Amino acid sequence: MSAVLPEIELKPIGLGRRLANGLMTAAAAAAVLIVLLPLGAIFAYLLYKGIGSLNWSFLTQTPKPVGEAGGGMANAIAGSVLILGIASLIGVPVGIGAGIYLAEYGRDRLGNLIRFTADVLNGVPSIIIGIVAYGLVVLRQGHFSALAGGAALAIMMVPTITRTTEEMLLLVPLGVREAAYGLGVSRWRTTLSITLRTATSGVITGIMLAFARIAGETAPLLFTAFGNQYWNWNINQPTAALPLQIFTYAISPFDEWHRQAWAGALILIVLIVISVSAVRLAANRGMLKGAN
Amino acid sequence: MTVAERAQSSPLAGAGTSRVADALFQGAMLACGLSVLALVGLIIYELVTKSSLSWHAFGWKFFFASDWDPVNDEYGALPFVFGTIVSSLVALALAVPLAVGVAIFITEMSPRWLRGPLAFTTELLAAIPSVIYGLWAIFVLVPLLRAYVEPFLGRYFGWTGLFEGTPYGIGMLAAGIILAIMVVPIISAITREVMTAVPQQQREAVLALGATRWEMVRTGVLRNARAGILGGIILGLGRALGETMAVTMVIGNRAEIAKSLFAPGYTMASVIANEFSEATGDTYLSALVEVGLALFLVTIIVNILAQVLVWSVTRGMPARSST
Repeated sequence: MSAVLPEIELKPIGLGRRLANGLMTAAAAAAVLIVLLPLGAIFAYLLYKGIGSLNWSFLTQTPKPVGEAGGGMANAIAGSVLILGIASLIGVPVGIGAGIYLAEYGRDRLGNLIRFTADVLNGVPSIIIGIVAYGLVVLRQGHFSALAGGAALAIMMVPTITRTTEEMLLLVPLGVREAAYGLGVSRWRTTLSITLRTATSGVITGIMLAFARIAGETAPLLFTAFGNQYWNWNINQPTAALPLQIFTYAISPFDEWHRQAWAGALILIVLIVISVSAVRLAANRGMLKGAN
Repeated sequence: MTVAERAQSSPLAGAGTSRVADALFQGAMLACGLSVLALVGLIIYELVTKSSLSWHAFGWKFFFASDWDPVNDEYGALPFVFGTIVSSLVALALAVPLAVGVAIFITEMSPRWLRGPLAFTTELLAAIPSVIYGLWAIFVLVPLLRAYVEPFLGRYFGWTGLFEGTPYGIGMLAAGIILAIMVVPIISAITREVMTAVPQQQREAVLALGATRWEMVRTGVLRNARAGILGGIILGLGRALGETMAVTMVIGNRAEIAKSLFAPGYTMASVIANEFSEATGDTYLSALVEVGLALFLVTIIVNILAQVLVWSVTRGMPARSST
């Protein structure tokens, strides 16, 4: 490996080169500021517009018809919980299982194929996943449903969880497994109670990454969960979801609905942040117990 | 023979039950792994079968015709393909210099204590849901564009033809800008990763030759990392092509091909988002799925290309230098 030797003369650094250095440093710093600007603006607006529109009825009531003041997104929040619950129930076990397979058994060509396919699946646009869930669930059932929305989001969770689980399991030293085998522990028991247990914190972080990614997803829910003006806890019925409701309200022409869209967006961001930090906290506790 | 296999074949290994349990467990994990393959297979199968009606009716003409007319069952996807490509290119043109600048600043120039917080905050941009970007764009970005940016661009750069017409705010430019904000964290994360993979000796050697810090970055780091940076850019492109909600909310959703970036447009992802649940008629639905199939294939190819490029830099070996 031979690096190209830069063509630099050995003499005191001239004004031109010092100027170029200063300019580029300034440009890089300016890039950081320009990128941080929208981030700051988005959070500032979410807080400013969102807090002003938040009230108790927003969190406890269902949407009111156009023209009537008040109403809220309680059913959409509940719907999101339902859909995300279904998605996690399907996506998390499959993702962890696939991750275990890749880390513990998949050192061969089939493993490489699965690894590659998971990365491909990760890059599929979410709207496409929506079309597929529509074909697989909605067309079979004959109507939109929370189940279809959950299935779409579950498909999106699997590749992320698979790859992070694999990565975390591979970080567990081989010696730990060998110690278990040496004690006569069977292979499946070692994988579950020793290897996976040791990697718990990392695996959970991966799950949270996947969860945060799907919690705000709107596109795959448009024609799977579809939305609903009323309460619904039946997984076979169309269900409201927070991101869907934000979308509908944001593109509507009504000021009252715009206000509610901001409040919904604030709730969504807060829910994502809380769920991520809560589970991370729980994972840390679990790690401490395991260490003792 | 791995340790596990040796342990299993030894006479001390638990007989019967544990061996059966092991086989069962391995089978179950394999099933989970295979389900990943099955999912992608299922996606391809669904898209291909559900779009065959439109494919047989229009053939390749589908992608070169520009009339999208559900009433007369005539479908041509050219305006959507155009809108997708143009909005993504605008996004890349804005995002690439910013993302690379951010990556350079964080890895090479910023004081050590600032590195962690800066990296965290830029990546926070990636955690914001698309629909919230769209909401912000509708109520903050679009009015700003309409009132200040677009009249300015029209007055001084109108002669290029790219900035002509009424400044609506909503349109291709707004979509490009919001996409740029969304892909910056992706490109800069990958760029940082590949720049960190460049061996420290490269930097030290160039500095020892008397280079300034910028010269060190340019000759020692960027040149070695450029394949990976290109990979990051292409990964950002893949994300921009498939992005749905934020774009749908600000691009104007009109199936037109206009030269001016002020004009409204339509993308492949947003036409699916807007029309899929209301599509009546088999050909209409099938045409929308075909748009989805095309989008799927393009993003897959783009993503694979990006992974190969990133992998060529980060697989542990120093990048081959250019001559």
